[in-house]
Amino acid sequence: MVRALIGAILVGVMCPLVGSYAVTRNLAFIGDALAHAVLPGIVLGYIVGINPAIAAVPTGVAVALLVRAVSRRAGLSSDTSIGILFATMFALGLVMLARSTTIKVNIEDLLLGQILAITPTGIYVSLGITVMVILGLFTFHHWLLFASFDPLGAQVNSTRANVADYAFLVMLALVVVIGIQAAGIVLVLAMLVTPAATAYLLVRRFVSIMITAAALGAAAAVTGLYVSYYLNLSAGPAMTLVASGIFVLALAFKRRAPA
Amino acid sequence: MIAAPISHRASMSLQDVSVEIGGHLALSNVTFDVEAGTLMGVVGPNGAGKSTLFNAIAGLLPVRQGTVSLHRAGQESGGLAYVPQRESVNWRLPVTVMDVVMMGRCCRLGWFRRPGRRDREIVKACLGRVGLWDHRSALMTELSGGQKQRVFVGRALAQEASVLLLDEAFSGVDVAAQEALVEVLQTLRDEGRIVLLATHDLTNLTGRFDQVLCLNRHVCACGPPEQVFTPEVMEQMYGAHGVRLTTDGER
Repeated sequence: MVRALIGAILVGVMCPLVGSYAVTRNLAFIGDALAHAVLPGIVLGYIVGINPAIAAVPTGVAVALLVRAVSRRAGLSSDTSIGILFATMFALGLVMLARSTTIKVNIEDLLLGQILAITPTGIYVSLGITVMVILGLFTFHHWLLFASFDPLGAQVNSTRANVADYAFLVMLALVVVIGIQAAGIVLVLAMLVTPAATAYLLVRRFVSIMITAAALGAAAAVTGLYVSYYLNLSAGPAMTLVASGIFVLALAFKRRAPA
Repeated sequence: MIAAPISHRASMSLQDVSVEIGGHLALSNVTFDVEAGTLMGVVGPNGAGKSTLFNAIAGLLPVRQGTVSLHRAGQESGGLAYVPQRESVNWRLPVTVMDVVMMGRCCRLGWFRRPGRRDREIVKACLGRVGLWDHRSALMTELSGGQKQRVFVGRALAQEASVLLLDEAFSGVDVAAQEALVEVLQTLRDEGRIVLLATHDLTNLTGRFDQVLCLNRHVCACGPPEQVFTPEVMEQMYGAHGVRLTTDGER
């Protein structure tokens, strides 16, 4: 339970921190896509016998970078290339799962998360990713802000803006890997988007949104974990419903006028 | 004209520049020079290639042929600052006036250094110059069109840019606010910077700009505003309607 609690807090804090950018940049869908696209990595992890979270990291990072490369090369909008990559990778993961005779993993656990079964390695991976993402957010803060607000102006200012954009996608892929362990492939989107959207309704400045979103995310994840434990439910849906409940309350008391 | 600090002086030269977008020639054989300390208006109809020209100068679009060269006075001289059309900006991101001007310091910071006291002092000075220090904590969405443009000019100042490109900076900006913006731009011009401003608005160009570049996929004319708007040039830009504009005495 202690491991599950640590896992829940990490998910609750990290997903909304990166999710704040995703929400304000209209990139929420890419988080969902990345969650589905890491399935082949997770399955491969089970096949070769390494922790699936470790195997998911390179898959997520590769897909995140491919999204940008494909949309640039093909001249397609990024949501189209996300759609293609997301479906292809998820299908590949399902085929691998179906053809493998050695894996004894329930697809439902992958889709909905199994935080109570999180291993010590899973926690170490999550902690390692947390450190990397926090360092990334701190290092790239001004560049991320610039590239998110005025992409063209930032690109003219320095080629570093492009690097910051790629770094953002990598960070998104990394937090998705933490999120999947707790909320599962299908519901990790809730942790990325809902607390950040709630904070967007409540506070003015972007940095305040990040901090508030992290606090709300942690509260939702921990509450959801306890609810799931006592009511014998899956943790992912419980966390999602708590986060959504907070969002509905915020919607009733919001201070931000519609843009 | 006030003698400029050497660090801001820059000159720019475009030689025979052609740009292709999606297989179509958006600009062909564009040639013009801009001296240090010039405020230039870039005018032309929709689709004339004003934004394409700015994108090519800024390096956002590849040049199919020709050269864009920028000569800066010294190593200290800042680069080029680009203020895009308002549609290209993500207004959903709730950033303050201070945040935006601080973005101009990004290229001076490097990867691992956070903004320090000097950066904050520069940002304060830049906000003072564009008259928006009192609005420093306001969100960008709370400002008027003219104030937003002045924040972007403040950001270019914080970047210590020697060339400013402002795309459609007058759109959604009332005449009084346009005047305030032009006044700020004239002070930058007086320091030796090059300021290029694309606009649809052909009124009030005289007195505001030193030079006007008339564009319609090629250079129709380039020179002082009181000289360039001949009936021939207007016809090249706007067809028969352009000639009527000149004969009506609007120009």
